[in-house]
Order: sequence, then structure tokens, then C-alpha cells
Amino acid sequence: MSKGVAVHWRLIPQRYNLIGTECKGCGQKFFPPRQLCPNCRRSGNITEITFSGEGKIYSYTLIHVPSEGLGFMKPYAIGIIRLDEGPLLTAQIVDCKPEDLAIGKRVNSVFRKVIVDGDSGIIRYGYKFKLTE
Amino acid sequence: MDVGIVGYGVYLPKYRIKVEEIARVWGDNAENIKKSLIIHEKTVPSLDEDTATIAVECARNAINHSQIDPQNIGAIYVGSESHPYIVKSTATIVAAATSAAPDLTAADYEFACKAGTAAIQATMGLVKSKMIRYGLAIGADTSQGKPGDILEYTASSGGGAYLIGRENLIAKILDTYSYTTDTPDFWRRENQEFPSHGSRFTGQPAYFKHVIAAAKGIMKRNDLTSDDFDYIVLHQPNGKFPLKVAKILDFDKEKIEKGLITPYIGNTYSGATLLGLAQILDEAVAGEKILAVSYGSGAGSDAFIIEVTEENEKKRNKKPLKDYINQKEYLDYALYAKFKGKIKGVNLERP
Repeated sequence: MSKGVAVHWRLIPQRYNLIGTECKGCGQKFFPPRQLCPNCRRSGNITEITFSGEGKIYSYTLIHVPSEGLGFMKPYAIGIIRLDEGPLLTAQIVDCKPEDLAIGKRVNSVFRKVIVDGDSGIIRYGYKFKLTE
Repeated sequence: MDVGIVGYGVYLPKYRIKVEEIARVWGDNAENIKKSLIIHEKTVPSLDEDTATIAVECARNAINHSQIDPQNIGAIYVGSESHPYIVKSTATIVAAATSAAPDLTAADYEFACKAGTAAIQATMGLVKSKMIRYGLAIGADTSQGKPGDILEYTASSGGGAYLIGRENLIAKILDTYSYTTDTPDFWRRENQEFPSHGSRFTGQPAYFKHVIAAAKGIMKRNDLTSDDFDYIVLHQPNGKFPLKVAKILDFDKEKIEKGLITPYIGNTYSGATLLGLAQILDEAVAGEKILAVSYGSGAGSDAFIIEVTEENEKKRNKKPLKDYINQKEYLDYALYAKFKGKIKGVNLERP
């Protein structure tokens, strides 16, 4: 299987290191990265920024009917994480029991396998989050 | 010119299984196993963890501890016997995930449980010859034990990463010495899911012969005795072998106990010596000397004389090994078998 290898490769900076962008004009930070500031438009000044991976659970849900490739993990938690720098992102929350999860709890990013392309395809690594001990 | 450790990082998965639970399934006597191997429980990787994720986590901790710019890392070597790919280097993944890429050399090492210390020796050479400023050496594994085999009680997961450099050393590496022979005590052939071993043959002609020869060799070369060291840390396939070696080498029990962690986390293979060393460095003070000796089946041992500097006290590691040892959740054998992929014919996909 080699479908989407180039897409994964292109997204490695975001997926491995939470690299997004910031508009130096208005200060807003973006993840996934934006190349144009929606506030400042042509007068915006976009630069790269690495997010700390620290944040809070903004919302979450438990998935009982898994997406393809994630059957072993069910039930698993998908959260909307509010990064300390501002942006919201969606990610799996791992190494916890469903009853441990709550809106507002602090989380930090971890490096995990996200999905594996069958027995012979690539292993797609990326960010997930876990509760901060 | 001094060469040594600029920073280090560790990582252990959260999950554990107890000896009693494995013994319950296979009808073994747990108390006998705990007594004969000196092992209580071992780490189990999560469903989405492998050697690459463990290597990345401990590498990030090492870079944070050292406070260096990862762009100054000139070499990354990852030692393991459980690399996720047969062809595609784990070190490339670590280089990308630590923002060290692309101006560096990277490769994977394999020498059973001593691939991580072999990586340290290689980076020491590059650093000392000034070919690179910093080198990152990692030993990480998600080791395999055949269900029902004695190895299943100890084969665990974890890793340690060491940043080797010339400046701001938390510990100097004063010398390194290796002892290598062709000894088939433990092996895994191509396409085999689990390793095989020579049972009692893994002891006297293998572990004991090489570890003792390397320890004696480096002490003789430097005109040192056991009295000159504050600690000794050895590869630890179980809790028993290192205690026996320390006694043979005339080291007091207190000097080996500090870095003896296998009884609580299992044998982390390529991570074992590096994690034991981290446990010592987490609390070591300036001037203390450590003798570290790894062992890799097949077989060989790498010995190091390490002297702790004041920098280690000024710059204590904020993610000490004891924090990882204490964060744990127990699994029963059924979940352990699922996590380790030991259940056949499952109609579900795993990450």
C-alpha cells in the first residue's frame, strides 16, 4: 500500500512537531498552519511557530464504532484540545480510562503511531494527547 | 579534551503486568520465578507505541535536559532489536521529531541489548574528533518473549537517550572498552516473530564471561579497583545476574542496587543499561564515579568509566526515571496479549 504517502510526508512537520503559523501583524496563531491571515489579509505577516503541546480538553467524545485501522483501540477518546497558545485542534487522547476524562483537564502532546497502512505499508506517526499527571 | 554526557532522557510506557498474572496463565509458580529471577513486574507498550515512539520521547527529554539547539546535533544513532521497519531507519523518524534534521548523519544499530551503548561509543568518536558538535545515542526496545517461555516474565519496553558532547558536561566519560566474541546464546532469524535462546548457555559463557571481562579490562587499563567507584550499573536481563557479577567483581551490594531497576520494570533490552545509568545520574553528585557495563547477546560488552560533574547538580533532570516507574496501570494477561499482538486471527486492525 502506498496511497497517500506523499500527503503524509508533506504533513510531517505538523504531525510530528505541531508546527503551525502566527501572524505577526495581529498575533493570532494557526494550527493547522495558514498561509494567509484572515484578519490582516494582504497586510498580514505570517511566520512559522512550534506549539508547546500543552493545553486543555475543550471537549471530547468516545468512539465505539471505530474508523478503519483503529479497531484494536475501541472505545477510544477523541478530544478537541485548546492549546495554551490559542488554537483548537482535534486529536486522540490516550493512556487513560473514559472515566478519567473531563472538560478542562490539562493535557500534553505525545508522539504515537496514528495509523498503519496494513502489513506492508508505511507507519504514520504523529501527535496524540495524554492527561498531564 | 573531555567528552561526555551533556544531557539524558528516559521513557517508559505506562502499562505493567505482574509476574503473578503471567504465572497464573501458564501454570508456573510465581514465587519461585520472583525469587529465582528477582523480578516483580514489567512494562508493556501501549497499542500505539513502538521503538520509534519510545526513542522520540526519550530523545526529546534528553534535548530538553541539555538545553541545546537540536540543529547542532550532528549524528543520531538508535540501537534496538525491535526497529519498526526492517528497511527504513528509526533514526530518521527521531531526527524529524526532534527538529534535528536535516544536517546530520543518522543510522540504526543492532547488537541485541548493547546496541545503545555501541551508539554512545560511535558518537564519542565523532565528537572527540570534532567531526560533530553533539551526537544523540539512543537505546530503545519493545522486546518480544515467546508466550509460555521464561523470557516472557522479563521482556519489556523502554528507552534511554544520551546527548554526547564536549561542553557543559553533566558527566565525563573517562574511558570506554569493549569485549566481543562469537557466542550464539540468543538470536532471532529473519521472519521469526520471537527470539530463541540457549537457556542455561545464556549465563556463564555468555552474560557473565563478557560483562566480567569488560569490567576487569577497563579497570585494569585505568589502574582502578572496585573501591574507586561509587556505583556500578550493568545490563540487567533479570534482577539476579547483576547482583552476582557485582559480588564476583568485589563491589558492595549498595553500589549495584541504585541502578538495578529490572525487578520493577523488566528487561528493557537496549534500554536496560542506559536506564540504570539514568537512575544513578538522577541523584549523583559531583566527583562520583560510575562503572557502566552493557551486554549484548551474540555476544559482547561495552564498559564505560563515568565521572559526574557539578553541572549534574545544577541541571537536575526534570523528568527522572522514578516518575516513569511510579506512573503505572496494571493489565491482566488477556489485555497484555492484545497489546503485544499475541492474539492470532483478530478481525480488527491495530495501529
